[in-house]
Amino acid sequence: MTEVALNRPARSGASRDRAATALSLGFVTTFLMVMVGLPLAALTWEATSEGTQSFWDAVSSPESVAALKLTLVASFAVSLLNAVLGTITAWVLVRDDFRGKTVVNAIIDLPFALPTIVAGLTLLALYGPTSPVGIDVAFSRTAIVLALMFVTLPFVVRTVQPVLQELDPEIEEAAHSLGASHTRTFVRVILPNILPGILSGVALAFAKAVGEFGSLVIITGNIPFETEVSSVHIYGRIESGDSSGAAAVAVVLLAISFLTLLSIGVIRHIATRHDR
Amino acid sequence: MKGWLSRLGLRAIMLGYLAVILVGPLAIVFWRTFEDGFAPAWDALTTPETLNALKLTLIITAIAVPVNTIFGIVCALAIVRRRFRGKGLLNAFIDLPLALSPVVVGLSLFLLYGQDGWFGSWLDERGIDVLFALPSMVIATIFVSLPFVAREVVPTLREIGDEQEQAAQTLGASGWQTFWRITLPSIRWAVIYGVILTTARCLGEYGAVAVVSGRLQGQTETATLRVQERYEAFDLAGAYAISIVLALIAMLVLVAMTVIRPKEEAA
Repeated sequence: MTEVALNRPARSGASRDRAATALSLGFVTTFLMVMVGLPLAALTWEATSEGTQSFWDAVSSPESVAALKLTLVASFAVSLLNAVLGTITAWVLVRDDFRGKTVVNAIIDLPFALPTIVAGLTLLALYGPTSPVGIDVAFSRTAIVLALMFVTLPFVVRTVQPVLQELDPEIEEAAHSLGASHTRTFVRVILPNILPGILSGVALAFAKAVGEFGSLVIITGNIPFETEVSSVHIYGRIESGDSSGAAAVAVVLLAISFLTLLSIGVIRHIATRHDR
Repeated sequence: MKGWLSRLGLRAIMLGYLAVILVGPLAIVFWRTFEDGFAPAWDALTTPETLNALKLTLIITAIAVPVNTIFGIVCALAIVRRRFRGKGLLNAFIDLPLALSPVVVGLSLFLLYGQDGWFGSWLDERGIDVLFALPSMVIATIFVSLPFVAREVVPTLREIGDEQEQAAQTLGASGWQTFWRITLPSIRWAVIYGVILTTARCLGEYGAVAVVSGRLQGQTETATLRVQERYEAFDLAGAYAISIVLALIAMLVLVAMTVIRPKEEAA
C-alpha cells in the first residue's frame, strides 16, 4: 500500500485511482455475473432442485451414460491425434520452408472462423452419401472423429508454434553434430521444451471436443447409443421438454469444462515456474 | 540426406492432414455450389427467408461485437493494471465461455429467461419477450464470444508496461485522456484482432442460439440455423449457398488475421 502511495504524484491521484479501480471492477464483475454467473446458477439450480436422486437418475440413465462415454472416448482420441498431427504441423510451419507457407499458415485458423454447422456440412459433402471419392462415413462414429478433428485442428498448432519459434535451431543442430539421431534429438531436446505447449493445446482441444455440437448435428445422424454425444443428448432432452434432465447432464459437462480449464491453469503454472 | 527426407515426409504428412480435414471438404462444397453456374446459387441465396436469416445474423453481430469489445477492454485493463483480490478467479471465469458447450450455454439462458425460469414470470408480467426472441439470441451470442477481445488485449497491455501511462498522469492528464491518447493507440491492433475473432464467432454461433431462438422461420432464424433447416428440407443448394457466404466471410477473417497479426506482434 505504501509503495502505491509513493509512486503517485498526489493524494488526489491515488484516491482517483482507487475510484477507477472500483468502477472498472464493478462493471466487469456485474457484467460477468449477469451474463455468465446467473445463467450457470440457474442451470445448477434446475439440475438439483428436485433432489440428488432425480439428478442422479438423469445422469445415470443408459442413454446419458452411453452419450457421455462416447463423448469422452471420442474427445480423448481426437486430443491424442491432435497432439501428434498438431505438433508435426507446428514443426513444419516453423522449421520448414516451402512456397505457399503463408497461405497454409493462415488456413490453420479456418476452423476458428468457419461456423461449425458449415464444417459439418462440408465434411458430409466429401465423406457422406454423395461423396465424389467413394468414402461414406456419414452417421457413424468415424464421422464424429472427423468432425471433432476439424473443429479442434488449430489448438495444438497454435500453442506449440510460438514455443518452437523461440527455441533456437542451433540447439538441435548441436545435438545432431554430437551424434544424436533425429528421434533422440526430438525426444531429449525438443519435446521437453514444447511439452507444456502440447499439453495445454490438447486440453483446449479436449474441452472444445467435449462440448462440440454444431458440426455433429448434421453429420452423425444423432442415433442414441450409437452416434449421440452428450451435447446432442442434452439438446434432445430440451426438445422433448425434459429441462431438468437436460440440466443434470449439462452440469456434468460444466464440471468437465471447469476441470479442463483448471488443468490448463496448472500446466501453465508449472511451465512458467520451470522457466525461472 | 536423411534429414532432407524426413523433412519432406513431415511436410507431406502435414499437407495431407490439412487437405483431408480442411481443404478437401470445403473445396467440394464450392464445387457443388457452382457446378451448374452462378445463377442457381444466387437464386438459392436470395429467397426472402434466407435473406432474412442473414440480416438477423448481422443484427445480432452488430450488437454483440461492440458490447464485447467494451467489456473486453475494460476487463483487460482491470486484470493487468489494477490490483485486487480474486484476480485468478476472474481470469478463470473469463475463459469459461471458451470451454463450455454452446448447448449448455443455451440451456442455461433458457432456464433463466424461460417461462418457468428465474426471470420468466417477471418478464412475462411486463410483456417483455426475451426467450424465442432477439434479446436471448443476442445474450447467447455475447456469452459465447465474451473472452476474445480481453484475451488478445491482456498480453499486449502487459508487454507495453505502464511507464507511458504514468508519465502522462504525472504531466496532469486525466484518466480518460491517458486512455484515449496513450493506452488505446498502443493496444489498437490487439483490439482489432480481438474484434475480428469476436465477429467470426458471432456470425458462426449455432448451438446456443439453436436452443434459445425457438427457430421461428422468418423471425428468429439466423444464417447458421437456416443452413440446417435447408439441409433438413433436402434443399442442398440452399444450404450450400448460405454456407458459401459464411465460408467467404471466414476467409476474409483469415486474410484480416494474417494482415493484422504481424502488426499486433510488432506493437
